[in-house]
Amino acid sequence: MKVADAHVRHWRANRWLSAWLMLAWFGVSFVVPYFARELSFQFFGWPFSFWVAAQGALVVYLAIVVVYAARMNRLDQDCGVAEES
Amino acid sequence: MPRSHDLSSPARGAVAAERRAFKRQLNKVYGWYTGGFVLFVLALAALEFLGLPRHWIGIAFLLATIVLYAGIGVLSRTSDAAEYYVAGRRVPAIYNGMATGADWMSAASFIGLAGTLYLQGYGGLAFITGWTGGYCLVALFLAPYLRKFGQFTIPDFLGARYEGHAARSVGVFAAILCSFTYVVAQILGVGVITARLTGLDFTIGVFVGLGGILLCSFLGGMRAVTWTQVSQFIVLIIAYLVPVVWLSVKQTGVPVPQLIYGAQLEKVTALEQRLIDDPKEQQVIAIFRRQADELAAKLRDVPAAMARDRDTAEARWAQLREAHAPLVQIQAADRAISALPFSEAEATAHWRRALAAAEARALPLAGMPRHAQQFAGDPDGSAEEREAFDVSRRNFLSLVFCLMVGTAALPHILMRSYTTPSVKEARESVGWSLFFIFLLYVTAPALAVLVKYEIFSVLVGTPFDRLPDWITAWSRVDPALLSVSDINQDGVLQLGEMRIGGDIIVLATPAIGGLPYVVSGMVAAGGLAAALSTADGLLLTIANALSHDLYYKMIDPDASTARRVAISKALLLIVALAAAAVAAQRPADILFLVSAAFSFAAAALFPALTLGIFWSRATKWGAVAGMLAGLGVTCYYMVRTQPWLREVFGVSGPLQLWWGIQPISAGIFGVPAGFAVIVLVSLLTPPPRPEVQAMVAGLRYPRQEP
Repeated sequence: MKVADAHVRHWRANRWLSAWLMLAWFGVSFVVPYFARELSFQFFGWPFSFWVAAQGALVVYLAIVVVYAARMNRLDQDCGVAEES
Repeated sequence: MPRSHDLSSPARGAVAAERRAFKRQLNKVYGWYTGGFVLFVLALAALEFLGLPRHWIGIAFLLATIVLYAGIGVLSRTSDAAEYYVAGRRVPAIYNGMATGADWMSAASFIGLAGTLYLQGYGGLAFITGWTGGYCLVALFLAPYLRKFGQFTIPDFLGARYEGHAARSVGVFAAILCSFTYVVAQILGVGVITARLTGLDFTIGVFVGLGGILLCSFLGGMRAVTWTQVSQFIVLIIAYLVPVVWLSVKQTGVPVPQLIYGAQLEKVTALEQRLIDDPKEQQVIAIFRRQADELAAKLRDVPAAMARDRDTAEARWAQLREAHAPLVQIQAADRAISALPFSEAEATAHWRRALAAAEARALPLAGMPRHAQQFAGDPDGSAEEREAFDVSRRNFLSLVFCLMVGTAALPHILMRSYTTPSVKEARESVGWSLFFIFLLYVTAPALAVLVKYEIFSVLVGTPFDRLPDWITAWSRVDPALLSVSDINQDGVLQLGEMRIGGDIIVLATPAIGGLPYVVSGMVAAGGLAAALSTADGLLLTIANALSHDLYYKMIDPDASTARRVAISKALLLIVALAAAAVAAQRPADILFLVSAAFSFAAAALFPALTLGIFWSRATKWGAVAGMLAGLGVTCYYMVRTQPWLREVFGVSGPLQLWWGIQPISAGIFGVPAGFAVIVLVSLLTPPPRPEVQAMVAGLRYPRQEP
């Protein structure tokens, strides 16, 4: 693969990954709170939307950041743009 | 400075081995440190058991921790620019994460957050998601790219990307504006905790705390601050978790409060219903309602009410004189007369305040919403209730948005992207930061629920002559934070008879749960660590913006490294003293100022930074105009709508909210304005030079050439 191709592929994959992760971010940050009243069924003692805002969203954020770091670090290797290969 | 990919393979291997050895060394040092801290607490606990007075425990915690932090600062002293500004760019991801965590978690997170959750229930969760979700934006849109750029400060990036001094100076101004408002709040927190721990005067407390901050950041810059922050993080997380775990074991027998407090929340909800239906509580509410009605009647005709009050007071005085009552009573009546308001304006202001206070307390559950209830109002109720619901939900979402975007634009957090060894570690470091922040943020809502359960089930209903010690102790410290009075004269405490400020919930948790005093001392030390670490990071950001960006880049580009570091140190001292001087005045609405810093950062810096990275067409004038527009809209809305700022700037006229959005979320208007203006002006001005566009493309790849 040519250098320029690898760069194009890397950048495109980066943007897609970011877009999907941002969708998850938007869901737990804004969509669930928007429907908080409707989503208040019991969830291990918490009303569901309360639990999401207090814990669930935080777990999702952590997952987003970890997944992004892992996938990007691998993508760097695949496209030959990692700092240490 | 050598970058790893410039080196040949053997040299690269040596660098990696050196890094591993450095990390092993750090693990050892901080392992011993944590053990030492635990032993120190246990020793104090033993001494308390043997009868050491409480006063000395507080002083021991204060002195030991400040000496420790200062010691690390002295050991890490440096004059090397890379060490001073970015800790030599060799902080491993996990330690950088811990340092960022301490940098991030301020007095507001440690002391204020759980209190806000206690008072607001679900509404307070906006701070939990807002202050963590912002890290997703940092991780995906900023940290790796800034690390690749690899300079020293955030204005550095703006200056390089937007070609020159115009963008850089706006960046310097915005960075200083938000960091300074924020640092004042931290120093205020340091003063309050020091004063409580030792009984010193508040102003002295401010300057003692300041000494601790300065010793550390002054000598060693970012290097000293980083290693101190790691140790501060360890103190603050232990101090936060221990009392909550203890309380959880006491209430449920399970030592993992985060997993179990759902059950306690159900019990709290049941207790809330019982308190709302309780006739004694309703009696208290009726008394406040009557007071409010009387005040409202007085306010309808102020002069007449003033005359009536004066007549009543004078009549009472005369009556006492007539009856030859004891002198004490006559003097009291005399004082009551002289305490009457003189002017109409004074009377109006006084009664308005009293009316607001009485109305706030003439509500069920002492004015707190039900803990698990999402938003005010009712979506299926009357038009008024529907409106209340919509506005409450809109404000919740806006606050989440502003806090998130603000988090992703605060310079002292973004600066942390520069201190890791590589882009790879910059990405991982954000994950570690979020993990360490997560530990505290997932615990705060649990703490709020457990404390609420303790207060509802144990404290409410206690006879007044058998109230626990901590109530008297705290109401002596400051009646604004905690006051109880037997309003309906039945000799038993009702929830409505207690007024509690959010800021004491965390500090008082050990006492509320009946834990030994040494835990209270430890929690205060944790709060101090949180405030000191954030203040360190902020002061460094301000001093660097001034010395590096303003002096070195714009005034004297030939200045030697030693001179730049020296100037930075001198500026640090001046900024710290200025912040302490402001804090010593106890500015009115400090909590508002902290939130304002988020809206400022969000509106001024976030659009310019992200567009600078992701849109190579963004131009110099677009960025300058966009930053100014974002900041301008935010400031304008705050000044127009925030009561304290309205007073400061003399804004008159009716208070007009846009779509009912509270001033705390002013960034919700500023951020879109910033983005829109950057895009518009950029499209109207010629594209950036090819070199700049190449630089933007280069930011995308950790290593460009194969």
